[in-house]
Amino acid sequence: MAMNAIDLPDARGHFGPYGGQYVPETLMALLEDLEAAYGKAKCDPEFWAELDRYLRDYVGRPTPLYFAERLTEELGGPKIYLKREDLAHTGAHKINHAMGQILLANRMGKTRIIAETGAGQHGVATATVAAMFGLKCEIYMGVEDMERQALNVFRMRLLGAKVTGVHSGSKTLKDAINEAIRDWVTNVEDTFYIFGSVLGPHPYPMIVRDFQRVIGVEARAQILEREGRLPDVLVACVGGGSNSIGLFHAFLDDADVQMIGVEAGGHGIASGEHAARFNGGDLGVLHGARIYVLQNDDGQIALTHSVSAGLDYSGVGPEHCYLRDMARTAYTYATDEEALSAFELLSHTEGIIPALESSHAIAHVCKLAPEMSRDQIVVVNLSGRGDKDVQQAARFIEGVR
Amino acid sequence: MTRIGRRFDDLRKAGRAGFVAYIAAGDPDLNTTYQMVLELDRRGVDVLELGVPFSDPLADGPVIQEASQRALAAGATLEGVLSMVADVRTETEIPIVLFTYYNPIHRYGVDCFVKRAADVGVDGVLMLDLPPEEGGDYIAQMNEHGLDTIFLVTPTTRDDRMKLIASHTRGFVYYVSRTGVTGERDSLADEIQSKVSAICQYTDMPIAVGFGISTPEHVSEIARYADAVVVGSAIVRRIGEFQCDADLVAKVGAFVGSLIGPLREGV
Repeated sequence: MAMNAIDLPDARGHFGPYGGQYVPETLMALLEDLEAAYGKAKCDPEFWAELDRYLRDYVGRPTPLYFAERLTEELGGPKIYLKREDLAHTGAHKINHAMGQILLANRMGKTRIIAETGAGQHGVATATVAAMFGLKCEIYMGVEDMERQALNVFRMRLLGAKVTGVHSGSKTLKDAINEAIRDWVTNVEDTFYIFGSVLGPHPYPMIVRDFQRVIGVEARAQILEREGRLPDVLVACVGGGSNSIGLFHAFLDDADVQMIGVEAGGHGIASGEHAARFNGGDLGVLHGARIYVLQNDDGQIALTHSVSAGLDYSGVGPEHCYLRDMARTAYTYATDEEALSAFELLSHTEGIIPALESSHAIAHVCKLAPEMSRDQIVVVNLSGRGDKDVQQAARFIEGVR
Repeated sequence: MTRIGRRFDDLRKAGRAGFVAYIAAGDPDLNTTYQMVLELDRRGVDVLELGVPFSDPLADGPVIQEASQRALAAGATLEGVLSMVADVRTETEIPIVLFTYYNPIHRYGVDCFVKRAADVGVDGVLMLDLPPEEGGDYIAQMNEHGLDTIFLVTPTTRDDRMKLIASHTRGFVYYVSRTGVTGERDSLADEIQSKVSAICQYTDMPIAVGFGISTPEHVSEIARYADAVVVGSAIVRRIGEFQCDADLVAKVGAFVGSLIGPLREGV
């Protein structure tokens, strides 16, 4: 397929009809400054050299591409490789874009960092890089998520961040984003907002993607070295879409590589309690971008449900919406129960406890494998480790049985 | 020209500043809002801003967030607000601006919304999270139906954008007097006067100043150099406090009367 995915978004931040800048006027100047600063950094080899150095020495990149032999045997289908983002410092891929953004904040002379977090992984990554550079840091988190992810709340505080609980709305990720934006429009002079996904107004979906792209760049080189050929299928979970775009992006021009994003099916689509925006959502405007959104007939944003806090969000990044329209990527979902089975399966077969988010991707591989042949190859993004989820999973697994 | 333009012409002739009141439509319910519109008209409000409730009001502080939640809980919808305007329009000529986030309009359909708004007697729309760059279709539709597109200028708006915003604004320019969300403040922000003069270089439209204005003293101060003063959270907070009171409408009316007082004394 001839497409210039690398050239997107356009100058105003649009991926076809998606994306853009739907924000209050106060933010327009800040976004303009950010775009200008990133534009400069992007063309500066020293910026990338500095980022690469931190990714290697501090984050631990490149992360391994691991052949999951026992899982492959268990499922009896294609060879399954795991891209081990769970082995990156702080235990998830979020550190990739947090590191890139804080280097940008330094260049812009900003002294205070804010971020939102759902599962807490982005909050932990942000608190980590803020601690490392000695910057003040405040993390907004829905109080429901704080309860689900108590361990990560403790980690962020240990790292010196102020964690502010958000009590409004559904008390989850979307409300944390609202509150972080409110902070940003108030503290316009000294504050840099480290966004946690390929969401929000332009230039964030572009910046976060560019910093996550390293996942796919590495995986592509690693699989070529191991197998001498490209994989048949890439699978990744999709909340806002940062880990999946990170894996997919470097493969977009490889027409034979199929890409599948897995959304949170919660209690099933029919129940209405899920976060599968491509299976029940439609076009809307949320948090600064025109994207697929779960909403009611009156345009009020719907509450979502997922066992995984990191996928529990009403919208999905604009580039995913566009790639789906182009039929370059496809999206499906896994339910809470399927994800929990996959959580257990990977733990048993490989000695790897995956994040509940990543477990959704594994769950889809379980469905996909029987339809594929043994000489095919699947690469799954293991976006995070599951230590943070153990309590939540225990509660749920006991509840189900 | 809409009712907004005519009202500002009258104000200019009378040599006084106008008073713009914001209330959250449907808080505590649409019947009360209907009564409130008539009360505020009687009290001398020059332009009424009706907030369309939205689940994720990211430019609003706690007072208007809570009002929005109350309105949604009471079943307010965009269509409900439009129907209420249609009803109240038979009884009053007060200029009405809908103050809204974009998603409910996007969902309703920009075309359908603008037609319906014109039909029911809305005069202008202020879309909080739709900058002119993204609003081409909306602006065209609004112009075609003779409705005013009101845009915001803020302390962070630079001269080049001020020019762009001024060129798309009809009715009045809304100057947001401080960075941050809506809400009451003890003191006024700095540099409001110089920003208002800066905006005047780009437009002949009236300039209204809002955000953080909560007392009669603030109102007098702003009225010295702006064409109109906007008060929102201070009114909405009282609607919240008095919502179980049988005299809710009269009490809020009396408070608004006290804010308008200073604007009339100079006449």
